[in-house]
Amino acid sequence: MKSAVIVFPGSNCDRDLAVAIEQVTGRAPEMVWHRDSDLPGGTDFIALPGGFSYGDYLRSGAMAARSPVMRAVSDAAGRGVPVLGVCNGFQVLTETGLLPGALMRNAGLNFVCRPVGLKVENSQSLFTSQYDAGEDIVIPVAHHDGNFQADSATLDRLEGEGRVAFRYTEEVNGSSRNIAGILNDAGNVLGMMPHPERALETAHGNTAGRRLFEGLLETIAA
Amino acid sequence: MKARVFVTLKPGVLDPQGKAIHHALEGLGFSGVEDVRAGKLIELQLADGTSDTDIEDMCRKLLANTVIENFRIERLETAA
Repeated sequence: MKSAVIVFPGSNCDRDLAVAIEQVTGRAPEMVWHRDSDLPGGTDFIALPGGFSYGDYLRSGAMAARSPVMRAVSDAAGRGVPVLGVCNGFQVLTETGLLPGALMRNAGLNFVCRPVGLKVENSQSLFTSQYDAGEDIVIPVAHHDGNFQADSATLDRLEGEGRVAFRYTEEVNGSSRNIAGILNDAGNVLGMMPHPERALETAHGNTAGRRLFEGLLETIAA
Repeated sequence: MKARVFVTLKPGVLDPQGKAIHHALEGLGFSGVEDVRAGKLIELQLADGTSDTDIEDMCRKLLANTVIENFRIERLETAA
């Protein structure tokens, strides 16, 4: 599996994500700078890391979404290459238009940094096949702008089409219908606020995030 | 030529920052504030001849996220 981690100025989870990918897939990802206009040939998984790209100027993820590399990421997503956006990566995906909705300031205005309960709503996607449907897991969040908002027609469509991948089982940030992670209509783009790369090994206190990468590896290797 | 772009949250979109400002105003003893909505003002210094369509394009592509925000453009000077 040939992975790429996109690095924006202000990304700060790029290395964590790279370590997670290497631990699970056995191969270190290429680190791709935001000004590159091409992805390495044969890239079959793209990850957008958490952090504060461009200092969250204008809106979280807004500047990163317009950087040269995102055109290549959008093209790859259109060809069906799996794309995972975690935290700021999720914000970048909504700003790019690869995922619907927007991530706004947390309803309580506080930066929320703690492990949170999630329910796996869709266990059939290429990211979530290693989880049981309806399974409760715990994965850490760390964000200020994780309040997912979309109009009710969009929310109904996401729910009706099984595109809500994860839902919070507790109040975290005011997200509409407690949505923590969503898929695009083709199912190959996942954006989520919780950090699966921070729940990977026993030293993290919890390994629930590991199965996301294992599921991807299995799908891509198949 | 200058233009000002006002970016505001669409009606109905929850504005936690506006709410916090509202509470702070009440805390300072200002009564009669019924609601607060926070937005952004972006000033653009533009080459003469920049069309309205160009500015609208800038708003749609970057300055505003039209999923949650509205924008209004105000031209300050016209070309001499």
